[in-house]
Amino acid sequence: MGRKLDPSMRVKRGPGRKARKQKGAETELSKFLVDDEGPKKLSSRGRKRAVKRTQVTKKPKQEEKPKKGFSDENSEWLKPAQRKRKIEECEEDEDSDSQWEEEEDDDDVVKDLDHKGIVKDIDDDDDDDDEEMVDDYGADEGDEQDSDGEELLPIEKAARKQKKQTSMKPESDDDDDDDDEEEEKKDLKEDEEEEDTVQANIDETEQFKLPAAADRAKEGLLLMDLQTIHQRIKDNVDVLSHFSEKREEGKERSEYLSLLRSDLCTYYSYNPFLISKLMDLFSLSELIDFLEANEIHRPVTIRTNTLKTRRRDLAQALINRGVNLDPLGKWSKTGLVIYDSSVPIGATPEYLAGQYMLQGASSFLPVMALSPQEGESVLDMSAAPGGKTTYMAQLMRNTGMIVANDANAERLKSVVGNIHRLGVTNAVICNYDGRQFPKVMGGFDRVLLDAPCSGTGVISKDPAVKTNKDEADILRSAHLQKELILSAIDSVNADSSTGGYLVYSTCSIMVEENEWVVDYALKKRNVKLVPAGLDFGKEGFTRFKERRFHPSLKLSRRFYPHSHNMDGFFVAKLKKLSNTIPTAVKETENEEESTKMETAASSEQIQKPESKEQKPASTKAKSNMGKKLKLKQNKSGTPIITKKAGVKSENKKSDGPKKAKIAKLDGKTSKKVEKPVKKQKVKELNGDSTKEVVKEKKKGSQFEKKNIMKKKNLKKRMGKNKFKKLKNILGQDESGQ
Amino acid sequence: MFEKLSKYIGENIKLLIDRPDGTYCFRLHNDRVYYMSEKILKLATNISRDKLVSVGTCFGKFTKTQKFRLHITALDFLAPYAKFKVWVKPGSEQSFLYGNHIMKSGLGRITENTSQYQGVVVYSMSDVPLGFGVAAKTTQECRKVDPMAIVVFHQADIGEYIRSEDTLT
Repeated sequence: MGRKLDPSMRVKRGPGRKARKQKGAETELSKFLVDDEGPKKLSSRGRKRAVKRTQVTKKPKQEEKPKKGFSDENSEWLKPAQRKRKIEECEEDEDSDSQWEEEEDDDDVVKDLDHKGIVKDIDDDDDDDDEEMVDDYGADEGDEQDSDGEELLPIEKAARKQKKQTSMKPESDDDDDDDDEEEEKKDLKEDEEEEDTVQANIDETEQFKLPAAADRAKEGLLLMDLQTIHQRIKDNVDVLSHFSEKREEGKERSEYLSLLRSDLCTYYSYNPFLISKLMDLFSLSELIDFLEANEIHRPVTIRTNTLKTRRRDLAQALINRGVNLDPLGKWSKTGLVIYDSSVPIGATPEYLAGQYMLQGASSFLPVMALSPQEGESVLDMSAAPGGKTTYMAQLMRNTGMIVANDANAERLKSVVGNIHRLGVTNAVICNYDGRQFPKVMGGFDRVLLDAPCSGTGVISKDPAVKTNKDEADILRSAHLQKELILSAIDSVNADSSTGGYLVYSTCSIMVEENEWVVDYALKKRNVKLVPAGLDFGKEGFTRFKERRFHPSLKLSRRFYPHSHNMDGFFVAKLKKLSNTIPTAVKETENEEESTKMETAASSEQIQKPESKEQKPASTKAKSNMGKKLKLKQNKSGTPIITKKAGVKSENKKSDGPKKAKIAKLDGKTSKKVEKPVKKQKVKELNGDSTKEVVKEKKKGSQFEKKNIMKKKNLKKRMGKNKFKKLKNILGQDESGQ
Repeated sequence: MFEKLSKYIGENIKLLIDRPDGTYCFRLHNDRVYYMSEKILKLATNISRDKLVSVGTCFGKFTKTQKFRLHITALDFLAPYAKFKVWVKPGSEQSFLYGNHIMKSGLGRITENTSQYQGVVVYSMSDVPLGFGVAAKTTQECRKVDPMAIVVFHQADIGEYIRSEDTLT
């Protein structure tokens, strides 16, 4: 049994022979370590540093004081032990010379004092370690704390010094510079002599200095200490939030951001794609909260099965088994959150008897939003493992009928198990691909679609998502979700007396999988968003980056792990207005125009928010006409919000004198005008339309082909001059023809 | 299959079929017997055979040799109509849930006049149904035998939900 050199370790106190005699390793070592350091000479650098120190230490001390400085005359040489941590952090900060020098000052003082009962005149309120030690000694030794705290430093310094002497010294000096620069409050470009000021200034990061590019490259080669990175992240965020005050001259915001991005990737182990996406979604401080929340698990929650028992009784029974639990919240009458348990929660006799179900808190929400009534027919398109299905059944009291479907046969077994265990009798379980659904069976009163997603909301459950998701995955999920939501809408019976509702939910926080999919559905079918009935949660986005969504997207709800302490989730409730699938509207208009226009028009139409038209090949109208039609078709009557600014500008242009021209248009210019917009929109629509566009080109004239190529390269928005040019071309065409 | 059922609930089978909220029926699908209301049956006919996984509640299945084996999933329906019940002491609850037979030492109560090899439903002391079994001894004999003798043969218990999830379907 060796003595531990751990300042937080309590040494024996109280009456007893040994308590007084052995004060712990720290104090013992301090005796001879002090001697070691005594005769140490200052190196040239050390001397320089000492000089610098005298110049600079005044400032940091002043600032330290309000924060945590010592309040008496010794504050100048006696620094809070917190420094020790920083010193530990900056492993690369190895210029131990400076350390030794500082310690020298301390040691000198220490030496002067009685080493047994070193009188310390300082308040160590802020010194955590010291506080612990206060009680450890007798009255006359109460002052040893600070010196103990600092004694460790010499010990550690000794160890490190040895390490360093074996490792490469010059390299570490360079690293020191890198780290120091970040943490120092400096106006000048430094040399290594600034390191001591780093230690002194460690608590102030008034100026967070960006390391130069060269330094950063070097960092990549050497392993950075996580603590350092974490500190750097904090500093960076601090600077970015008060950019005008705290920025460094000549450094752009983007530089800070890119440094932050790479730091976050390293510290939290995400891939850069995901970090960029998250940075777009959240503000910086929220981002840090979100990332931190993803590191820890959400609390375990269970749902009482009201078909078999009551929450009160279940809680009682579980408490008797030794489970520590609480009701989930005001918003749920059946949820319980488990803090800890002496028995496995998934194996109690109550669980086996089907009195409760292990379910995440966020999974309660879509079912609560859907609120199926007794006697209805309900479809759950993506049912595995069956938590939501069984919740619906208990809300319906085993009346009516539930069809639980899942595409994965393996996971269906768990659905069967859960359904039987919880005593659900009105369920039919089948194994279809959700997209086939309206054909198999339709006319449900309500449909729940908990779509398969990228899982970015449940990173705490599955950390692999941090690294293995990229652009393609998200788009693939989004595509599947769009198909599923259309099938789901088609399976709802709009004329149902009690229902006609669909709830779309995902366990993801990506806009591409959430708002975008719902917006797509709004365009393609006769549905509208209705309030979800959940009074907490953040509203969904109505615009995001360059995309614009329908304003009713406000009614959808987003939940985050860091703000609601449940898995990231998205819920949207839709009501089907009519069973008819909107078909292409433009058949009547401008048929001469065209063949080429079709595709242009269709894709463009799709872009208009209120339109409920289908995409299909048959649309022929020009943009203006199409718009008019759409306006007519608008059932909700909300103002048209164009998806892209480019579209807006284009529409404005077409509204004017262009209208007539476009109406006459042969297709060239209008194509030009619309195609670029179309192309992008088409792309947004997952490329199906692009195919259609290509296919539907009836006239294979060279000019058109040329235009197609051109369009691909054209910008969304047309400049004034271009517009004029087009006009001219139009004029020429007309005159030519 | 009805024979098996009647072992446990006797003539109460009728109660299973004619329920106040509509007629229920048993249907055979893929060697398994499902119990469901007629309404559900109608809707389930839309689903093709190979895609249909389960309807209503599965009561049991026919083995390869055409013997009917009652599953634990039928417990909810059998329990209220059970004619002969056995109560198990808390200590031996877990043992039964693991699939072991019940010994005399774990026996709490038993209904009178239980004949040998009679189908019984096993309850815990808090009246939570745990499963079913077959009485190994008559009630009289149970009083006489030594504590280590088996009094109820295990047939199905709710622990199976975890142990053999896959076999439920």
